[in-house]
Amino acid sequence: MGKSRTLNLGTGAFVLLGFAALFFLTTQTTSRGLPFMSPPHYDLTAKFDNIGDLKVGSPVSMSGVEIGRVSKIDFDEADFKAVVVLRINARYSQIPTDSDASIYTQGLLGGKFIGLTAGGADTYLKDKDQIDFTQSAFVLESLIGQVLANFTKSKAEAPAAEAAPAAAPADSKAAAKPKAAEKAK
Amino acid sequence: MLRELWDSLNDALEALGAVIQFLLRLIVNTPRALMRFDLISQQIFNSGALSLVIIMLSGLFVGMVLGVQGYELLQRFGSEEALGEAAAIGLVKELGPVVTALLFAGRAGTALASELGLMRATDQISAMEMMAVDPIQRVVVPRFLGGVIAMPLLAAIFSVIGIYGAQLVGVQFMGVDAGSFWSQMRASVALSDINEGIVKSLIFGVACSLIAVYQGYYATPTAEGVGRATTYTVVTSAVVILFLDYLITAAFL
Amino acid sequence: MNQSSAIVDIQNLDYSVSNRPVFVGLDIRIQRGLITAVMGPSGTGKTTLLRLITGQVMADSGSIEVAGENLRALSRANLYVLRRRMGMLFQNGALLTDLSVFENVAFPLREHTDLPERLIRQLVLTKLQAVGLRGAAELMPAELSGGMARRVALARAIVMDPELLIYDEPFVGLDPISLGVILRLIRRLNDTLGITSIVVSHDVKEISAVADQVFLLSGGKVVAHGTPPELKFDTSETVKQFVGGLADGPVQFHFPAPDYFGELLSRSEDP
Repeated sequence: MGKSRTLNLGTGAFVLLGFAALFFLTTQTTSRGLPFMSPPHYDLTAKFDNIGDLKVGSPVSMSGVEIGRVSKIDFDEADFKAVVVLRINARYSQIPTDSDASIYTQGLLGGKFIGLTAGGADTYLKDKDQIDFTQSAFVLESLIGQVLANFTKSKAEAPAAEAAPAAAPADSKAAAKPKAAEKAK
Repeated sequence: MLRELWDSLNDALEALGAVIQFLLRLIVNTPRALMRFDLISQQIFNSGALSLVIIMLSGLFVGMVLGVQGYELLQRFGSEEALGEAAAIGLVKELGPVVTALLFAGRAGTALASELGLMRATDQISAMEMMAVDPIQRVVVPRFLGGVIAMPLLAAIFSVIGIYGAQLVGVQFMGVDAGSFWSQMRASVALSDINEGIVKSLIFGVACSLIAVYQGYYATPTAEGVGRATTYTVVTSAVVILFLDYLITAAFL
Repeated sequence: MNQSSAIVDIQNLDYSVSNRPVFVGLDIRIQRGLITAVMGPSGTGKTTLLRLITGQVMADSGSIEVAGENLRALSRANLYVLRRRMGMLFQNGALLTDLSVFENVAFPLREHTDLPERLIRQLVLTKLQAVGLRGAAELMPAELSGGMARRVALARAIVMDPELLIYDEPFVGLDPISLGVILRLIRRLNDTLGITSIVVSHDVKEISAVADQVFLLSGGKVVAHGTPPELKFDTSETVKQFVGGLADGPVQFHFPAPDYFGELLSRSEDP
C-alpha cells in the first residue's frame, strides 16, 4: 500500500506546515509571545487617573530600555482610577520603591507606553508591590483645550498666567512631575 | 417583472433552505464519518496539499504587490516604516482568508463538485446506496471536512508567505528598515486580528466546501449537469465569500 | 425467516412522477429461486420498478413486500439491513473509479463486516474466479472493457451472498461473446447459489434463453406473464408487437404530430 503511505506523508506535511504558519502568525507578528516562552518575571501595579489608549501588551521601559509589558488593565470603582499591572522581566529587580510611572506617547501619534523613572530609595520594588507615584496619559485634546483657555485668560489677565501651571491635571507630586518629565525628555 | 423578481426570490430562498438542510445532514453524520479518519485524511490531501502550489504562489505575489503599493502610499506620509504593520494586518484580516477562499473555490471546490457530480452521473452513488453504504457518510462528509480543515491552514500559509513577499519588496528592494518592519508589526498586530482571520477562513471553509459538495451531489447526471455544477460552485462561492466577509468584518468591529 | 414462495410481492401499486402515472394498480409476484425477466418497451418504467423494489423510491399507494418485509414500514436503517440481502448490477457497472477491481469487490465486505484481511482476500478472489476475472484483480476500472466492468460489478453484487440479485439492463452494448458470458453467469449463479434473479431487459431472444418467468409491462400494467414459450404464442397485439419486434402496433411508430401535408404546405406559404 505504498500509495497510501505517500498520501499520509503528504497530508501530514501539509497540516504541519499549516500549523507552523499559524504558530508563526500568532507569535512572530503579534507582541504576544506564548506564556511558557516568556522569561521569569514579577508584577507591579500602578494607578492612574487616565491611561489614554494604553493597551495590554504595551511596553514598559526605563531610561528608554524595554524592561517589561503591561499585562492587565483594571478599573477601581472605589477611587475611580485605572489599575495597570506591569509585568517586569525578573532581570531588572532593582527598581527603587519611590520610582514613578508615567504614560508617554511613542513619537507624536504613536501608541502609549509606560516609562519608569528611578527614585532615590535604598529599597527595591518586589512582586505585587505598588508604584505610588504616577503621571497620567498626555491627552492631546485636553492640552489644546488648556492652551486655548490660557491664551484667552492671559490676554484678559496677565498676572493670572502664573497660575496656569497649577491648573495642570491634579496628581501626586504634580508640580515636580512636569519638570522632571521635561528633564527626562 | 415584479412577479419574476418574486419568483427568483422564492427560488433563492428555497435553494438556501435546501443547502442549510444539507449542512445539517452533514453535521449529523460527522461523528460517524470521523471514525474513518483515513478517508478524511485523503481529502485533506486533495483539498489542501494539492492546492499548496497555487496558494503559495499567489500569496507571494499578493504580498509583493502589497509591498510595492503599500510603500508607495505610506511614503507620501513619511511612514514607510509602517509597511510591515500594513502588510500584516491587510493579509491576516482580509487578503489571506478571502483570496485563499476564492482560489480554493476555483481549484478544490470545482474538483469536489465534479468528482461528486461524476459519481452521481455514473450511478456510483446509487450503487453505494444499494450496497447499503450511506454515500453521505462515506463520500460527502469526508470531502466536506477535508475542505473545512484545509482552508484555515491554507489561509495561514498564504498570509505568512505574503508577509515575506511584502518584506522582500519593502526591505530588500525599497530599503525599509528590517527592524522597524517587524517591530512596528509586532506592536500593532494583536491576537484578535489573527483570531478574526482564523474565524473568517473557517467560515469560508464551511461555505465553500458546502457549496461544492452540494452542487456535486445534486448535479443532474449528465455531462452538462456536471459542468453546470462546477460553474455554479465557483460563482456561488465567490459571491457568498465576499458577502460573508463583509458580515464578519463588521461583526468583529 | 419468511419462507413464502414470493420473494417480491407487489400488490395494487400506484406510482406517478410529476403527475404522470407510471404504474396503475400493478400486481407482480416474483417467485423464489427462479430467474424472472421484466420486459417492456422503452419508457414503461422498468428501471423505476427496480428502484421501487430496492426502496430507492416510495410508491404512492399499494404495497410492496420484499423477503417478507413491507417496504413502507421500514426505517432507513432497516432498509439498509434489507439491502444487504440484495445485490444489484447497474447498467454501466457503476464501479467506484478510484478503487481497483479487487477493492471494488471487497468494498461491501470492508464496509459491513469485520472480517480479517486474509478472509476478505479469499472471498474476493473466489467471487472474481466465479466471473472469470481473478487475474484482473489489480486493474483499475478505467482499464476494463464494458463487459469486464460488468462482470466485476457482478462479482461485487454477489460477494455478500445475497438472496436476491437484480440486473438492470445487463446486455446493453455488449458484444456477442460478452453477452453470452453474462447470460451463462446469470443462469449458473442463480442455480449454484440458490438465489432469485430479476433481470430487466428488452433483449427478447437473449433473455428468453435463461428466464423461467417473464413479465411484460406496457402502459403501467402487466400485459402478459408466463414462461417464454407461453409469451411467444400469446395472441394479444401488444405482446405480438414486442416479441416480434414489429415497428408499428399498439406502440405507435409516429410520435403524435399535426397533419403531415398540412404542416409541409403551411411552411412553404410563409412570407
